[in-house]
This record gives sequence, C-alpha cells and structure tokens, in this order.
Amino acid sequence: MTPQHITLISFGHFEREFLERIAESVKHEYGLEVVIDEKRLDLSLFYDPARKQYDGNNLLKEIDSLYASESFKTVGMFRVDLFIPILTYIYGQAFLHGRTAIASLFRLNNERYGMPANDKLLLDRFIKEVIHELGHTLGLKHCHVPGCVMASSTYVEDVDQKSRELCHKCRVELETLKDI
Amino acid sequence: MSRKISILIVDDEPSVRESLYSWFIEDGYVVDVAENAKKALALLETGSFDIILADIKMPGMDGLEMQRRIKALNKDSIVIIMTAFASVETAVRALKDGAFDYITKPFDPDDLSHLIRNATKQINLQTENEVLKEKVSSLENVEDLIGNSDALKKVLKQVESVAQSNSSVIITGESGTGKELIARAIHSNSPRKFFPLVSVHCGALTESLLESELFGHEKGAFTGAMYNRKGRFEMADGGTIFLDEIATISPKMQVELLRVLESKTFVRVGGNKEISSDFRVICATNRDLKKLVENGTFREDLYYRLNVVNILVPPLRERTEDIAMLVDYFITKYCTSMSRDIVKIDPAALRRLEEFEFPGNVRELENMIERAIVTGNGKEIHLKDLPLGKDIINSAVESLDDLENKHVLQILNKYGWNISRAAQALKVDRVTLYSKIKKYGLKQPGKK
Repeated sequence: MTPQHITLISFGHFEREFLERIAESVKHEYGLEVVIDEKRLDLSLFYDPARKQYDGNNLLKEIDSLYASESFKTVGMFRVDLFIPILTYIYGQAFLHGRTAIASLFRLNNERYGMPANDKLLLDRFIKEVIHELGHTLGLKHCHVPGCVMASSTYVEDVDQKSRELCHKCRVELETLKDI
Repeated sequence: MSRKISILIVDDEPSVRESLYSWFIEDGYVVDVAENAKKALALLETGSFDIILADIKMPGMDGLEMQRRIKALNKDSIVIIMTAFASVETAVRALKDGAFDYITKPFDPDDLSHLIRNATKQINLQTENEVLKEKVSSLENVEDLIGNSDALKKVLKQVESVAQSNSSVIITGESGTGKELIARAIHSNSPRKFFPLVSVHCGALTESLLESELFGHEKGAFTGAMYNRKGRFEMADGGTIFLDEIATISPKMQVELLRVLESKTFVRVGGNKEISSDFRVICATNRDLKKLVENGTFREDLYYRLNVVNILVPPLRERTEDIAMLVDYFITKYCTSMSRDIVKIDPAALRRLEEFEFPGNVRELENMIERAIVTGNGKEIHLKDLPLGKDIINSAVESLDDLENKHVLQILNKYGWNISRAAQALKVDRVTLYSKIKKYGLKQPGKK
C-alpha cells in the first residue's frame, strides 16, 4: 500500500455503510485514497472517572504511536465522549502538521440535545468533523470564511452551518503547504 | 486586516499548556507557553504578548502576584485568570487587580472562544484608539470652531494654553457665540480628553432638579426616585464638567457648588455616603458675573473659585471676516446632511450677511443658512432666502454719525417734531437736540 493514503480506523461499532460514506467524502475532498480499518483498544485506560469522559490527548497520542506510521494520515473514530484537560468536551483533535487525528460521534448526535434522532444529519456532521481534523493534520488552521469546513465549531449548530468542503482560501493554503 | 494576536499560556500542568497550545495554534494565534510565573515574566521582559492566560494557583509565585508584575511591566496587558474551581472571591480579587476576565477550568469551548474574541476586540479597540489619539492631537479637535479672524485666533490661543492645566475656566460670551464649543475644545485638548465631558445646562433646571442632576440621588430620595442614579459630578470623574448658564443657579446651589469644588466630594440626594470625583470645571455665561457679584446675586467666593481663567468669546459682529468661512461650513454641513448638492451663495447675499448685526451670533447665522437651504432653489442662496428683516444695516450707513443722524430723524418724526418729547425719548436736553438737528441739517417733512 502506498503511504499516500488516509486510514480511517473505527474503535467501537460503526456501520460499514456509514464508514464507506465517510471514506467517499474524504476521498472527494482531499483526492487521496482512503482505507477503512477497524481496531480494538482498551478505552478504560483513557477513562477519567471524575469527568466521566475519555482523555482525547492521550487517545490521540496512543493512535499516533500505534497506527500512524502505516499511512500518510490516520484518523481514529470513536463513539465516546472526549475531553481535553482544559475543555469540557471536544468533537475531535489533531496534531497540526502531524499524522494523526481523532473524532467522536458522541456529541454530534441529535438525541443528546433532546432532538429526534437523525442519522443523515449525524453522518453529515461526522464527515465534516473528520475532514476538519484531517485539515489540521495537513497544516490548515481555523478559517473565518463562513461555510468553510475548517471554521471552528463549538456547537453542533456551528457544524451544521458549514459545508463539507474547504473554501478557496484554504485550498490555496493547502497547495502552498504541499509545496513546502 | 488585523495583526496576529499573540497569547502566552502560563500553567504548571503540562496537559493544560499542551491542550491550550494546540487549541490556539489551530485558531491561528501566535502562542508560547511558560510553566511558571518566573519563566513567564522572563518571556515578557524580552518580548510582548497581547493576551496572557494564567493559572491562579501555581507553585512559587501565584497568578495574582504575577498579574500585578505583568501590569507593572505593561499596564495595557490583557490578563485572563484561570481558576480550577469557581471562587468568586479570587475572581473578584483578580478583576480588581486589573484582570480582563477569569475562566473556570475546565472551560466550555465556546466560553473560551468568546473570551479570546472579546480580548481580541479589546486589543483592536486599543490599537484603533491609539491611532485616533494621534489623529485627534494633530487636529486639536477644534474643527467646529470656524474662522481665521484675529479675534478667534486669540481665543484658540487661550484654549491651547489653558487646556493642559487643571484650572477652572469661565467662558463669557453672548448667546450663540459657541461657548460650549470652546469648552469642548479645552476638554479635548486636555489630558482629561479620554474621560467624559459632562454638560449641564443649569438654566434649564429647577433648583431641586439641578441638585439631583449634579449630585445624583439614592432610591427613594423623592417621589419617583425608583433607582439609584449617578450625578453629573460622578459621571465626570476623570474628565470635565461643563456648567452652562452658571449665572442662573440659586444661592443655595451656589453654596453647594462651592463646597463640592473645594472638597471634590459630595453626597447623593437622599444618601449618606460621601462620594469623591476628580473633575475639572468649565462654566459658561452670557452675563457679566463680576457685576452679579457686585449687586450681590452671585457669591464672590464662588466667582473667584471659578474664575481662574476667563475666556471671552467675541460676538460674530466683531469677527465679520469669519462669516464667509462660516457660511461655507454651514452650507456643506446642511447640504451633506440633507443629501443635497452643495449650493452656492450669491455674493450680494454674502455681503449683506457680513453687514448684519447677528444678535444671535453664529447660532443665528447657522439657522439662517439651514433655512435658506431648505426653502431655496437648491442651487444658490439669494438675498430673498435670508430672513435679514429690518435689522439689516444699509451699506450706506457705516459711521456712528450716520447712525445718529438716522436715529435722531426717526425719533423727531415719531414725535411729530415735538422737540421736548423727542429730547426726552433720546435722553438728551433740548439744546443738544437742536445742535444735532443743525449738525445733520435735519428738516421737518413738508417744511422749508
């Protein structure tokens, strides 16, 4: 397998079709081959009983050390509630200019906010989150262009406001970063 | 385009530094970290950061002490204090010591974003303010004082010399001469310019209202006082209070005012707490305060307290050479505000304006031009558009003799050439009146 591919690794149960749809969108956005993989990890090691959440920083480091060398970029996909010490929650996390990112479905789910379940919306939000975190691994920072997938999102409503795509400015920036 | 904002994170926990570092880097900020206050201060001595995000509890020097030292290095630094748990006391202490805000760990991502956005906005405002300050200084903020006459130049020179001091000023001048503009010019050229200029029109308020306006009141001080209210002296803290029509205040208020000017402290109406305020006083009047002191209607001690510097604003008739510039200024002002093309003024109309007495001074001229623009043809202001009425002085009448001639003749005609009654009206004796008639060769109409 050529190293110029992106690996999406699921931790926990994800429907195959769901994963394929994510892979399709990521491929469409970054023009790279996407491989889907499934791994198991003892998540209890990352669980913080005081916060009843999972430590995103340590998970990111773990995925990076265990799986990142196998591909150009690796994204660990979770269903658990992630946090970093300073923030109450995160949707995802990445090493800027690095090899690895993580993303979680947990807080993207409508039911969490007392709304009826919406699988289509959940998939759409998760695709945006994965593309966003991958953007960070490619060196992109948060973008202020409304609708750009690299816009910072702290609420699901913010995620819904943006598209799955990079804006023109980020695309140009990405080309410059590739040249470097 | 705004410049890149730099953030220094100071926290002894590596995971906090790491998390915040990643978060801010992804947001496009320039970020650095320090594990304790000592290292942070060392970084701040060699470089500068726009925002310092500091943990309150650190081994060695704590966040509050570090904040005090940071403020000593640069009082404009924006310090945000991070606390591990909500402690109102510590937060209040931090804010009192000049912290921009505080945030409790762990933060909601949105709270953090908001906080940093607010701080960034503050930084941008500060930068804009600096730019504006320079601009204002170079302009001296006297763009409303139009004219090039020696009389106006003399006033502006006084403004310039008095602005830097803290002395009380009395501005004397007829109504409509622009006394408030002079007060504004003094304030905006003074070191107090970044604090408020609070105006009080003493003549428009009754004694009790003026008292409440100046000193404020406590809830329940009188019927209708439903909330505590700050008075103008309190609002002017750090700045200037402008007391217009000072001659109209009652003897009781004169005593109160004198006391406040001497102590710079006062008590709100209905209250018992002493409040202090640092303000400069500028007063204005169209009356001769000295005469009011002489006839006992204005307190002498208050007069001397206020009258450290006296600026006399000349009436418009004493600076007629400024009328053309003023007319141009008001034409541009009103045509622009009414979204009309700039109109011209007929030279004959301008000449007549320059001859007019203007008892209402610049304000009267301004109203005249505004009216002419509204009612005129939209292209040029003509004589017929100007309400100059009978007050206009005929251009043939220039000397005092001409005026006297005209006036004596008018009075003689009014009293049917009854010499005694005309002399009485003119307040001269009959002999003087006869000599005037002879001097000017006046003749009763219909008589040879």
